[in-house]
Amino acid sequence: MQPILTISDLTKTYAGGLQALKNVSLEIERGEIFALLGPNGAGKTTLINVVCGLVNRTSGTVLVDGHDIVDDYRVTRALIGLVPQELPTETFETVWNTANFSRGLFGKSADPAHIEKILRSLSLWDRKDERIMNLSGGMKRRVLIAKALSHEPQLLFLDEPTAGVDVKLRQDMWNVVSELRESGVTVILTTHYIEEAEKMADRVGVINHGEIILVQEKTRLMRELGKKQLVLHMHEPLTEVPPEVMDYGLDISDDGSELTYTYDTQREHTGITALLGALQSAGIKFYDLNTSQTSLEEIFVDLVKRPQ
Amino acid sequence: MNFHAVRSIYKFEMARMRRTLVQSIVAPVLSTSLYFVIFGAAIGSRIPEIDGVSYGSFIVPGLIMLSILTESISNASFGIYFPKFTGTIFEVLSAPVSFVEILLGYVGAASTKSVIIGTIILGTASFFVDIEIAHPFVMVLFLVLTSVSFSLFGFVLGIWADGWEKLTVVPILVIMPLTFLGGTFYSISMLPPVWQTISLFNPLVYLISGFRWSFYENADVSIILSLAMTVTFLLVCLVIVRWIFKTGYKLRT
Repeated sequence: MQPILTISDLTKTYAGGLQALKNVSLEIERGEIFALLGPNGAGKTTLINVVCGLVNRTSGTVLVDGHDIVDDYRVTRALIGLVPQELPTETFETVWNTANFSRGLFGKSADPAHIEKILRSLSLWDRKDERIMNLSGGMKRRVLIAKALSHEPQLLFLDEPTAGVDVKLRQDMWNVVSELRESGVTVILTTHYIEEAEKMADRVGVINHGEIILVQEKTRLMRELGKKQLVLHMHEPLTEVPPEVMDYGLDISDDGSELTYTYDTQREHTGITALLGALQSAGIKFYDLNTSQTSLEEIFVDLVKRPQ
Repeated sequence: MNFHAVRSIYKFEMARMRRTLVQSIVAPVLSTSLYFVIFGAAIGSRIPEIDGVSYGSFIVPGLIMLSILTESISNASFGIYFPKFTGTIFEVLSAPVSFVEILLGYVGAASTKSVIIGTIILGTASFFVDIEIAHPFVMVLFLVLTSVSFSLFGFVLGIWADGWEKLTVVPILVIMPLTFLGGTFYSISMLPPVWQTISLFNPLVYLISGFRWSFYENADVSIILSLAMTVTFLLVCLVIVRWIFKTGYKLRT
């Protein structure tokens, strides 16, 4: 099936000379949730803005559902919904009016039932007649999502959707995104909360200095780049790694109470059985053990720290 | 054509006018009424007729033009500048709308407001002075053309402005003086010959003269020339707006 979004050799150089995007190529499959991660100034928002028509590209092609974003802008933009990073809202308008305005703007005839459904799903229905200026920051964020969904987009961009919102709202947002995925909407989200990407995304892309440095299925990424660690809590504190298990590359904690073994989950033999056997043979006792896995955040930090 | 979008923008802008009724309608009507009272009734009664028209009646077309020009510019410039200022312009720029549809929405609404205000002022003026409209069709044509042209100009101004000061400086320092010196309160034939020549470089002379002709068949310049200048101004503004949307000037980076 044709990808919903195909970006090929996209570059963007601003008038001041800043090259925000460098030959970016990316394909987004239909119905997936794609998390675009990157530090501040990496090019995430520029990439989104080019696709949405807010920033002119310097070179390259961007196809939405097979249509060029410039030549067929009417088709492509009608397919896209955008929730921007900031909270730009029509201060003096009511929630109901602004959602209906957005639907009309994107070329759809009025459909009060659809708007009602969206407002209810975002817990905005009770406040539909309220002016936006009277809403909290979190509620304004919901209004922006309602506006973006008002014209039933196939591709939804969420640029930092949960920045500055409380835990409850964040959970609500995750629920909304899950429902969108079930209804077949493709979601591309940028976020600083790696936990969010880890929880929701099917695939993860990492952008840094305007270049896509990695695109990978989340589970595979965590499996391949992630490491597991076995921590042994020693019965008696050690002064150094025992010579009998020197070959395992163990780390010892400062107080000598823990030994940490880092192993590769991809290997056929992790070495855990042999390590435990060697410790037993040497008479070194431990009273507890636990394993932990590298989080997506650690993988991300590691990736963006690598020299370009 | 994305008619839903045009309708949405138009309705949104007209709703803004309803929310700010005092500022949008009452204020311009009140200030123009004061002109009628002061210049038409109080001072005007001591001024002799101009080309067979009482002074109070003579200034009516000029005062309507004055209101239409200032209201068209301020409404259209504010209409596009405010979304730029708040950031909500992103939605319009990312929507499947062409520049023609954006113009129809924003400029259409600003022009409608101006025509409404012009009509109200005309009705108000009839309470103070005797008004005749010799050529109603031409009068409506000038009313609409001027409203659309200067709403377009205001739209350009709103896109160009990157601060509130710039937004107000052109109407106050350029348009207002040109309107006052364009024959709102006098016929340029009353000026010394040199100033008559200089006045012909003021484009607003042609608008006011043409509009006045539709009332009293008195004009400082020919009606054809007035009409041609108005249409030319409209076309120039259209070309500028087309260029703005093509290049993304001050809209897209």
